[in-house]
Amino acid sequence: MIGFSLWDILRNLLLALRWTVALSLLSFLLGGTLGMALLFMGNARSRLLRKLIRVYIEVFQGTPLLMQLFLVFFGLALFGMEVPAWLAASLALTFWSASFLAEIWRGCVASIVSGQWEASACLAMSHFQQMRYIILPQALRIAIAPTVGFGVQIIKATAVTSIIGFIELSKAGTIITNATFEPFTVFGLVGLIYFLLCWPLSKYSQFLERKCNVAHRH
Amino acid sequence: MSLIAIENVKKSYGSNLVLNGINLEIDAGEVIAIIGKSGSGKSTLLRCINGLETIDEGIISVGDVLLGRSERELRALRLRVGMIFQQFNLFSHLSVGQNVMIAPVIVKGVKQQTVRELAQQNLARVGLAEKFDSYPDQLSGGQQQRVAIARALSMQPQALLCDEITSALDPELVNEVLSVVRKLATEGMTLVMVTHEMRFAREVCDRVVFMHQGKVHEIGAPEEFFTNPKSPELQQFLGMACV
Amino acid sequence: MSYQFDFYSVLDYAEVLQQGILMTIRLTVIGAGAGVALGIFGAWARTQGPAWLKPIVSAYVEVIRNTPFLVQLFFIFFGLPGIGVQITELHAAMLAMVINLGAYSTEIIRAGVAATARGQIEAGLSLSMTHLQVFRHIILRPALQKVWPALSSQIVIVMLGSSVCSQIAVEELSFAANFIQSRNFRAFEAYFVSTLIYLAMAILLRQLLRYIGQRFVVQRRTAVSTRAVAILSGGQA
Repeated sequence: MIGFSLWDILRNLLLALRWTVALSLLSFLLGGTLGMALLFMGNARSRLLRKLIRVYIEVFQGTPLLMQLFLVFFGLALFGMEVPAWLAASLALTFWSASFLAEIWRGCVASIVSGQWEASACLAMSHFQQMRYIILPQALRIAIAPTVGFGVQIIKATAVTSIIGFIELSKAGTIITNATFEPFTVFGLVGLIYFLLCWPLSKYSQFLERKCNVAHRH
Repeated sequence: MSLIAIENVKKSYGSNLVLNGINLEIDAGEVIAIIGKSGSGKSTLLRCINGLETIDEGIISVGDVLLGRSERELRALRLRVGMIFQQFNLFSHLSVGQNVMIAPVIVKGVKQQTVRELAQQNLARVGLAEKFDSYPDQLSGGQQQRVAIARALSMQPQALLCDEITSALDPELVNEVLSVVRKLATEGMTLVMVTHEMRFAREVCDRVVFMHQGKVHEIGAPEEFFTNPKSPELQQFLGMACV
Repeated sequence: MSYQFDFYSVLDYAEVLQQGILMTIRLTVIGAGAGVALGIFGAWARTQGPAWLKPIVSAYVEVIRNTPFLVQLFFIFFGLPGIGVQITELHAAMLAMVINLGAYSTEIIRAGVAATARGQIEAGLSLSMTHLQVFRHIILRPALQKVWPALSSQIVIVMLGSSVCSQIAVEELSFAANFIQSRNFRAFEAYFVSTLIYLAMAILLRQLLRYIGQRFVVQRRTAVSTRAVAILSGGQA
C-alpha cells in the first residue's frame, strides 16, 4: 500500500482548486452579464416578456442546481455531441447565477426612492437616461455588498459540478479519498480550503454592507 | 423605617458624573415627585432603584431587600418594586389580558384561573376591564399606559417607579392616566414619579425632589416647594424671577 | 438527427418517484424542524449565552456558511467512519441538513432577536423575569415573526439542496431519477419530470410555510382584529 503524506494530499487539492476558481469566475462573469440582460428585460414594455422573465427566475430558483446540471448535461447530449463536463457546468451555473443576480439587482433598483425617478422625469430624461445617469449609479452602490455575497454562493455551488465529473476541488477530494482511504483528513482539508476561499469574501461583503448603510444615512 | 432607602449613590457614564451622591428616604405610602432639567440624573436615579442601571457607589434598598449585582438579587428587588415606562413598552404580540397575566404566571407560578381573575380586577382598577382581549396596537396611548400600570400592579409591588409616564401622550390623554395614579396614591401605594406635570405634583405628592447636576438640590412639601423655592437653580427651573 | 421524447416511460416508474418524493419530504420535515430549533438555540447562545459558548457557536456558523453542503455531507458520511463513528446514509443526510439549516437559521433568527426594542426587554426585566424568560416569552415570537419570510426561503433552499443526498445513496427524489434513467435510458426525460416535481414541491412548501407563519407565528385571536385585517386588505368585512 502506497503511503500518502499530508503534503501529497494538499498539493493535489490545491491543483484542483484552480478549476474551482476558474469555474467560479467564469460563471460569475457570464451569469452577471445574463443577469443584467434579464434585469433590463424584466422592465420591458411587453407584458409577455416580463412574465417570461419571472418564470425563468422562479424556475431556476425553485429547482435544485443538481437537476439543472443534469438537464443541461443530458439535454446537450441529445443533440448528439459529446458534452465535456466543464461546458455543462459553466452553462448550468451561468443560468443559475443569472436568475439570482437579476433578483438581487432588481431589489436594489426597487429600493431607490421613487422621488429619484420623479425628479429625473421632471428634468425630461428618457427612461434609458434615467437608468444610466441617476438610478443605476445609486443602485450599483447598494448592489456591491449582496453581489459579493453571492459570489460566495457561486464558489460553494461549484462543488455540485463534481457530480457530473468536472474535476474541481470536491471531485479531487473524492478521488483522493478513494486512493488514500483517509476521508476524515481529505474532506476536512477540502472543507478548510473552501472556508479559506469563501470566508474572506463573506467578511468583505459584510464590511461593504456596513459601509453602505453608513453612507445611506443622509 | 423607610420603604426605599438611597444612601450616597454615585454613578458615572464614562467621565460624566450623572449621580453625585444621592441621599433619599421614602416611607411606605409616600408619593414623591422628582423634577429637574434633562441631564440632571432623575431618570437614571429611578432606573438605578430597580437595577436597570448599575450604581458605582452607595446603597439602595427596598424593604428588606438590598440592591445587588447578581440576576437573582435583582429579581428579588424587582418583585418589590414595579416600573412604568414613558414608551409604555407593552408586549405587542400579546393581548391586553395576556400582558397583565404573563408575569405572575411565569415568575410566581400562580395558577392560570387565579391570575385571570386578578388580571380582570387590575384592569377594572384602571378602567379597562372591557379591553381584556384587545391588542396593544388597537388602544390609544392613554389606554396603553393604563394597561402598563395594571401590568405592574399584577405583581403586587410595594412601590411603583413612574418614569415620565405622561410625556409621550397627547395632551387630552394625560388626564386619564393621572387620575389612575391619583387613585393609587389615595389607596396608599408608594409612588416615585419623575414628571414634568407640576400641577399634578403639587396636588398629589407628599414631597417634591428637585435634582440638579446629579444631586438632590432641594426637597420639600409641595406648598413650600412651589411657592417658596429656596435655591436660585430651583427658582430658575420653576420660571420665577429672582426673589 | 431526431430524438423521440418518451415521457411515458418515466411515468411507468411512478412508484419509484413516489418513494423518492416521500423521502424528500421526510428529510425536509426533520431537517426544517430540528434545524430551526437548533437555530433558536444558536440565536439565544449568541445573544444571551455564556461567554464560553459564544465563540463556539460563531465558529460553527461561519464554517457551515462558508463551505458547500456537499462537502459537509461527505465529511459526515465518509469522514466520521474514518474516526470510528458508524452512521447510516439516512442519518448522515439528516444530520447534515440539520447542521446546515441550524447555522443559517441561527444567523437569521439572531437578526430578528437583535431588532427587539430595548424597552420590551426592560419591561420584562422590571416584572422580575429572568433573561431566559424574557427571551422565551417576549423576544422570541416577535423575532420569528419578523424573520419568517427569510427563514421560509432558507427552508426551501434546504429542501432543494436535499437532492445532493442522492450522492450518498439516500433514496430521495434525485436518487429515484437516477434509478429510472439507469433503467430506461431516458436521462433527459427522467430529470425533466423530477425537476417539475421539485418545482411543484417548492411552490407548495412556500405556501405551507406562509400558512404556518400566519396561523402559528402571528397569532391573533380576537374577532375584531381579524375583521380589521380583512377590511384593511380590501376584502369584505
